[in-house]
Amino acid sequence: MNKFTILTAVAAPYLKKNVDTDFIIRVERCTGTPREQLGNYAFEMARFLPGGAENPEFVLNQPRYRNAKIMLCGEFFGTGSSREMAVWAIAGMGVRCLIAPSYGQIFFSNCFQNGMLPITLPATTVDALAKEAASPDAKPFTVDLEQQTINGTVRFEIAPRHRKMLLEGLDEIGLTLALEPKIAAFQAADRARRPWIYP
Amino acid sequence: MTAKTMFDKIWDQHVVEDLGDGVQLLHVDRHLMHELSGHRGQLELNKRGIGMRNPELTIGSMDHVVSTAPGAKGGNAPWADNMIEIFRSESRQAGVKVYDIGQDGQGIVHVVGPELGFTLPGVTLLCGDSHTCTHGALGALAWGIGTSELTHVLATQTIVQQRPKTMRARFEGKPGRAITAKDMILALIGKIGTAGGVGYAVEYAGEAIRGLEMEGRLTVCNLSIELGAKVGMIAPDQKTYDYLKGRRHAPSGALWTQAVEHWKTLPSDAGAKFDIEHSIDCAMLAPQITWGTSPEDVIGVDGTIPGDKPEALAYMGLTSGRPIAGTKIDRVFIGSCTNSRLPDLRAAAEIVRGRKAAQHVKAWVVPGSWRIKQDAEAEGLHQVFLDAGFEWREAGCSMCVGANGELVEPLARCVSTSNRNFVGRQGPQARTHLASPAMAAAAAIAGEIVDVRLFSH
Repeated sequence: MNKFTILTAVAAPYLKKNVDTDFIIRVERCTGTPREQLGNYAFEMARFLPGGAENPEFVLNQPRYRNAKIMLCGEFFGTGSSREMAVWAIAGMGVRCLIAPSYGQIFFSNCFQNGMLPITLPATTVDALAKEAASPDAKPFTVDLEQQTINGTVRFEIAPRHRKMLLEGLDEIGLTLALEPKIAAFQAADRARRPWIYP
Repeated sequence: MTAKTMFDKIWDQHVVEDLGDGVQLLHVDRHLMHELSGHRGQLELNKRGIGMRNPELTIGSMDHVVSTAPGAKGGNAPWADNMIEIFRSESRQAGVKVYDIGQDGQGIVHVVGPELGFTLPGVTLLCGDSHTCTHGALGALAWGIGTSELTHVLATQTIVQQRPKTMRARFEGKPGRAITAKDMILALIGKIGTAGGVGYAVEYAGEAIRGLEMEGRLTVCNLSIELGAKVGMIAPDQKTYDYLKGRRHAPSGALWTQAVEHWKTLPSDAGAKFDIEHSIDCAMLAPQITWGTSPEDVIGVDGTIPGDKPEALAYMGLTSGRPIAGTKIDRVFIGSCTNSRLPDLRAAAEIVRGRKAAQHVKAWVVPGSWRIKQDAEAEGLHQVFLDAGFEWREAGCSMCVGANGELVEPLARCVSTSNRNFVGRQGPQARTHLASPAMAAAAAIAGEIVDVRLFSH
């Protein structure tokens, strides 16, 4: 998995509330579209007009935000369906970091499996950062995961395990496979305690 | 000894390893797979060259991309047939039991898990689908996962989790006529919002919950994710044991007795502390219906359309200040993992019996499982729907999520018994109103949103 240490990039303000994963990637794109092409369909209901042309109002279509790698999002971003394609689609647009007051819980977990950093900050802080990103002389943002800061001043909290996963690009499956003796021991003891669990 | 919540008891019984900082490696007792998310996990596992650790603890069913057209035996498109075939053959190779199309046991994973007795009290149960919270109705600790975590479960039979906080939601009072489990849980979502449950595992309690049959409890827990909570659960009781006894994957004989003894220790201890408490007075509820594009946009059917979300109103084509009742509709969908079980179909049929769907309304009934379809037909429910001009279809997720191409037309208005009224959820520009099966049936007859309490029977 790609490591996440320091990211300096354009930040795009997209403060819509309750953006659900159906909205981030439509279900029909989850059925056959190869993972590396999902970025083409991220936010398609907002990003494209009914005829298929780009919607100039959608933030990531605006020239100054086209190369954004950071998104400032509204409350409860990524609510709804568990589809991991929502993370893959956002990553497919080049975004590596989200900043929002809260997230859909399954989406939040899925981010860490894919090298995406979802930062949680109070709504007032997110709003202030979004204002900064929207100002005509906005500079790129720097997100430093090691220091847990944005632009050197705004501090954010993150669970130690999530931080480590991103900093070191860890693969959770590999880590757990190394604990196989513990899993086997658990099952052996549990089989005696709750034999009806094991057919 | 400190009083413990049911959530804490079950969680603690599954810790394989403490990974520090509140993160633990938990054993996964039960894993459910469907073709859409399941096949991706299987292919990912193959890519890594790892085998499934415990195929005997997983079962599969076909639900998301199967066609529900009457008599259908596959998908609605070649890609769907291809996905079904990958899932079928990968499962066979791994030794996973799959309940296939046309077989007893096939249906929406969150319907067939309990139906087959695969879901049990006190188990951890995961599935690559956000509505896995449904299984908490039997006292299971269950939640939905993405593809990576699904692959992790296939490879290790465990999951890495941060322990959530706990919430108790009490449903007190006696619900009035035509007030169902769906109305109760929609009312809670309306009260605390779709972000109200973020970071919590919810236990539903109170006399109105105790009064619900298992199917109603499944409906309540199903909408936990619409509350923002990954986990929702209800303490097992005699109703739970009676529901499970004799089901295909449930323990039997001496193991049954031993299991019930264990299950009786699971409910939250008296005096157990929850991080937050909420309550709903069910005696005060009117039948609920959503008006916007989030499940929290919900009012009683006797209410007026609010004006605080202009964008949602524009999408829905509604005007604030008007009564929601009387809004003309085009489609009705009775189905989904929320409301497609036998009592749901009976409640809808009760309204429909001897009446006709309005001419301009296209109404579908999609049973949640093959077994429910057979049982409903044995009772003659299908004939009630067919006589009224409804379509009686095969089991699957269908128009709740539209993964199989079964969609509501652009700008068409649908009263749906499903779980999400998101923008575009039932199809691009489709307008969804969530409600109970009886409310949906009544809307089909009236051709507009209507208070089901006005229907005699």
